[in-house]
Amino acid sequence: MMKRVLSVLVENRFGVLSRIAALFAARGFNIESLAVAETEDPTLSRMTIVVTANERVLEQVMKQLRRLIDVIKVEDITEKPHVDRELVLVKVNAPPSKRGEIVELTEIFRGKIVDVSPQSLTIEITGAEEKIKGFISLIKSYGIKEIIRTGKIAIPRGG
Amino acid sequence: MKKSGAEILVECLLREGVDTIFGIPGGAILPVCDVLYDSPIKFILTGHEQGAAHAADGYARSTGKVGVCMATSGPGATNLVTGLATAYMDSVPIVAITGQVPTSMIGNDAFQEAPITEVTKTITKHNFLVKDVRELAETIKSAFYIASTGRPGPVLIDLPKDVQIKETDFKYPERIELKGYKPVYKGHPKQIEKAAQLISSSSRPVIFIGGGVIISGCHEEVKELAEKVNLPVTSTLLGLGGFPGNHPNFLGMLGMHGTRTANYAIMESDLIIAIGVRFDDRATGKLENFAPHAKIIHIDIDPTSIQKNVKVDVPIVGDAKEVLKELIPKVKPPKIDEWWEKIKKWKEKYPLTYPDDDLLRPQYVVEKIYELTNGEAIIATEVGQNQMWAAQFYIFTKPRTLLTSGGLGTMGYGFPAAIGAQVGCPEKIVFDIAGDGSFQMNIQELVTAVSYNLPVKVAILNNRYLGMVRQWQELFYDRRYAMVDLARNPDFVKIAEAYGALGIRVEKKEEVIPALKKALETPKCVVIDFRINREENVFPMVPAGESLTQMIGGMA
Repeated sequence: MMKRVLSVLVENRFGVLSRIAALFAARGFNIESLAVAETEDPTLSRMTIVVTANERVLEQVMKQLRRLIDVIKVEDITEKPHVDRELVLVKVNAPPSKRGEIVELTEIFRGKIVDVSPQSLTIEITGAEEKIKGFISLIKSYGIKEIIRTGKIAIPRGG
Repeated sequence: MKKSGAEILVECLLREGVDTIFGIPGGAILPVCDVLYDSPIKFILTGHEQGAAHAADGYARSTGKVGVCMATSGPGATNLVTGLATAYMDSVPIVAITGQVPTSMIGNDAFQEAPITEVTKTITKHNFLVKDVRELAETIKSAFYIASTGRPGPVLIDLPKDVQIKETDFKYPERIELKGYKPVYKGHPKQIEKAAQLISSSSRPVIFIGGGVIISGCHEEVKELAEKVNLPVTSTLLGLGGFPGNHPNFLGMLGMHGTRTANYAIMESDLIIAIGVRFDDRATGKLENFAPHAKIIHIDIDPTSIQKNVKVDVPIVGDAKEVLKELIPKVKPPKIDEWWEKIKKWKEKYPLTYPDDDLLRPQYVVEKIYELTNGEAIIATEVGQNQMWAAQFYIFTKPRTLLTSGGLGTMGYGFPAAIGAQVGCPEKIVFDIAGDGSFQMNIQELVTAVSYNLPVKVAILNNRYLGMVRQWQELFYDRRYAMVDLARNPDFVKIAEAYGALGIRVEKKEEVIPALKKALETPKCVVIDFRINREENVFPMVPAGESLTQMIGGMA
């Protein structure tokens, strides 16, 4: 089993997302994350889907995706040179005594404080998987109240 | 010129060559019904929407054209679901048109509202909810194109009532371009070359055909390949008729109720040439043990069928007919005399057989249907024992002569499918080989057959049981016959008569031929109630989950 990143180009129409979700659901494939939005061409959308699958399951997933009429292109970019990013919002406990440490930590990771309240800070952090993982593991000790992630988006390098 | 959505729909259907629609009207599809009233398209009013979907399926399978069915919103549309799922599993081209509540009311739980595009998402090849009348013509063109090309399948168009009424400038799209749909027809030359080499150097090859052969129309090419290098041929249920059943190279059907010869051949084979099959579990038996010595060449137009269930050595994605045309000139006859010796011995030792006694046995009935129709009939079946006896004892020699729900296994499919086939092929004799359980699942379609003078013949192999379930209970559940006793059945002869069909009861073996003759002479719908031996089993049989060599029963 391995984590795979699929980049899927689809028609920008209502119902396409539910069609893809239904395909995964009908075959019992689990989606780890999915990010989708319009491309430079407004008739098309780009989806980045992260799945954990063995090679056989992955082959089936990709073929099944390609079989959908609204799906134009499916690419497994896991092994290809690519840039990926995820945006995460973390609301963390921040009593006045700890605030300085948290702000410092956020700066090291080039994050931003986007909301401040008497007992908490909300931090925006963007980056590749490892960076996000690293940040979350450090900030955990202060007590995470809530965390929201966009899911990964990815684009092949060059070309 | 301005036309309403309903007018555009009917105009587009005519341009697609549609001559028949099966269906039932209703509130949300009324504007279309009104336009159809004046159109040359024949509307066959069925008793139930499920009947309409299966009839469109039978029409499509028997003619090769796209079958069209229509229903209103809500329950009308949901009643089509089993028919669409049946067609999807067996790759049958259908376009289903459903009425929908007006766009302004969608999602508000309006009267007779159901989200049918959501419901049918995974049981159609594609579906459309048309929200703008300006997109309608292109949608219909796309629907027919998607349904009939590549690996065919059902496509549903959901049409809100206001879209049917709204007017727009009509222009028929001569061509459409779908960015995400480009079926591959031509096989890869290198793969074809590899396949030819494997065949030419094989020592125990078997051709294994499926429904794809019938859809592709490559039965002549399969025969040419088999004869050119003298290869044995076996078939799935849906492939029957894709190779002449009376050809000396034919081994019979394989799988759960296949012949011993076919199953043994597959299991000892060193090369399987699979054409238009999807390695369904009813054909392969226990997958881990399937064809342990064989390399596999797999020709199929649907890439998702390849490597799905079995590991394939030479995958060839393409239309079977195109691929075979390229392949045939490249193959040289392998040296397989020893292989044929072995196969011939199996064939002699293990013919399909049943006791020749005075009991009224279903196999005898099926054999007589074959003889009295000279094998020229179109045979629809229900699902269960009746289906397997039809597959085993009717000899299918031509494509598009067997209509059966292979993938989904839909009881109640056969009779409406036979009606659809009779509409599409008025000159043919059409039989539904039925079980007493299955027939009652769409028995209401007698009204359709009678009212449109469709001379469909229904042969009920009536054992007063849900026979296949009873057989499994006998073999694997210690004869605990739970929920299968149909001694409660109605009088099928009286039912036939009440609908205006001819009903005949047959209780003895010697009555079979006269009854069938009488049915064939009668130019209307006939129901024959064959009171067969109650605990007759379908043999041989591979128990579910066993490998193909683990066959029980059926020895002479």
